[in-house]
Amino acid sequence: MTYNWDFHGVWQNSDLFLWGLWISVVYTFGSIFFGIIIGFITCAARLSGWRVLDIAARCYQELFRCTPLLVQLLWFYYAFPLLVGGSIDNRVAAMLTLSLYVGAFYAEIFRSGIVSIDNGQREAAAAIGMSPMQSMTRIILPQALKRMLPSFINQSVIQFKNTSLVSVISVADLAYMAAVVNGQTYRPLESYTIMALLYIAMLLPLTQAADWIEKRLRVSD
Amino acid sequence: MTDNQHQTPIIEAVDLRKSFGAHEVLKGLDLKLNRGEVVALIGPSGSGKSTFIRCLNHMETPTGGQIRFHQKLVGNSFRDKGDVIGFGTLRRQVGMVFQHFNLFPHKTVLQNVIEGPVTVLRQSKKEAEELAMDLLGQVGLAMKRDAYPNHLSGGQKQRVAIARALAMQPEVLLLDEVTSALDPELVGEVLAVIRGLADKGMTMAIVTHEMAFAADVSSRVLFLDQGVIAACGSPQAIIRNPENERLKGFVSRFHGQG
Ligand SMILES: Nc1ncnc2c1ncn2[C@@H]1O[C@H](COP(=O)(O)OP(=O)(O)O)[C@@H](O)[C@H]1O
Ligand SMILES: [Mg+2]
Repeated sequence: MTYNWDFHGVWQNSDLFLWGLWISVVYTFGSIFFGIIIGFITCAARLSGWRVLDIAARCYQELFRCTPLLVQLLWFYYAFPLLVGGSIDNRVAAMLTLSLYVGAFYAEIFRSGIVSIDNGQREAAAAIGMSPMQSMTRIILPQALKRMLPSFINQSVIQFKNTSLVSVISVADLAYMAAVVNGQTYRPLESYTIMALLYIAMLLPLTQAADWIEKRLRVSD
Repeated sequence: MTDNQHQTPIIEAVDLRKSFGAHEVLKGLDLKLNRGEVVALIGPSGSGKSTFIRCLNHMETPTGGQIRFHQKLVGNSFRDKGDVIGFGTLRRQVGMVFQHFNLFPHKTVLQNVIEGPVTVLRQSKKEAEELAMDLLGQVGLAMKRDAYPNHLSGGQKQRVAIARALAMQPEVLLLDEVTSALDPELVGEVLAVIRGLADKGMTMAIVTHEMAFAADVSSRVLFLDQGVIAACGSPQAIIRNPENERLKGFVSRFHGQG
């Protein structure tokens, strides 16, 4: 079967693609930003030594790690408003869900990075009279951050791809715009191919950079 | 030796007890460490030597008895509370060297040594570096100042660790089997550094299996067995002419080592 590629109609809608791409980027970076804050707080709760905080943080993490993101989006947009009474803006629901979702994973990345540092480091810091805070910021975190970086980048790359799911609650991201263009041009092959290529163009440099960083970190270890 | 009964000890353990769960590891130990004294702690593996020495700077929290520093009680919080001094204060003045060095791998040799003085004692970087270079010179590693720990041999790492502890200008140094992780040919260079410190009058508590070294460098030897001090006395009495049966058996096993 041969197909006549015709990008003309799609090209005329390039502004929609670019706008969609921009929205995807905004949701990615927005949710990464909030996710880091959520992840940090969750990680602190897990390592606090307070049983109640630890258990609460763990419940949150498992809830978000063990349900599909799509399910979470649908729940926050359609079910959550009924629970609290009122309605929720689809963009707010999208950002909230994406942030909580990635925050659960970030928390685990932060936590495992910190606990992976040999206890001898904590002891050596304590032995010269450092406070737990000084030990954490000057000795543990600098080493832990280095170890976290590859999985952090990896999770963030996945997050960019995950934003495509917000189209199901009508947030006009790249995937949503591709569907819009397809609807106007009846050119699914071109519309969706362009969409895929745009995702690749965004993420390929990132994965390459991640590989490069990982290799460099391994050398310096 | 000890004509210093009337001298007040720098650090003191009084009826020190430590349990891990139901397992009582230290069953009431007493120790007075006077200025300039070098006490060697010997004993079979699992007898509680590490736990004991780690209680002295509150790396382990005692479950009974007291640690006193210049006669002041050491409490269970980081900061001082009235007359009770915090373990943060204690650790600033009581250095510790570990079996596995525990150097900071993300810092150079010089940065390792100045970390405590700059971060904890708030010395200026310049001041700290001067002292650090002096100490690195003393342990023979001035030329390694910009090297990272991973590029050093075990013996070099341990000498840096000693310099790092000394940079805090501690009144007491605690050493827990500091040569046990080293290749045999590297043990000598570390022992030489410790011997040098003893000659300069550094107060030390040393856990070691190097009997000859212990006999040579210490003014007093404690034999720990099953969580109690089973024998205590001069190196002559404890290591060279042991009387206690278990001690005799223990020392003879290590004979000719070190
Ligand atoms: N953190 C710990 N938790 C539980 N048991 C411990 C801990 N540290 C030491 N012990 C136990 O205490 C005993 C004495 O250990 P240790 O002080 O390391 O002996 P030594 O240094 O003389 O070999 C051992 O039986 C050991 O298993
Ligand atoms: Mg030990």
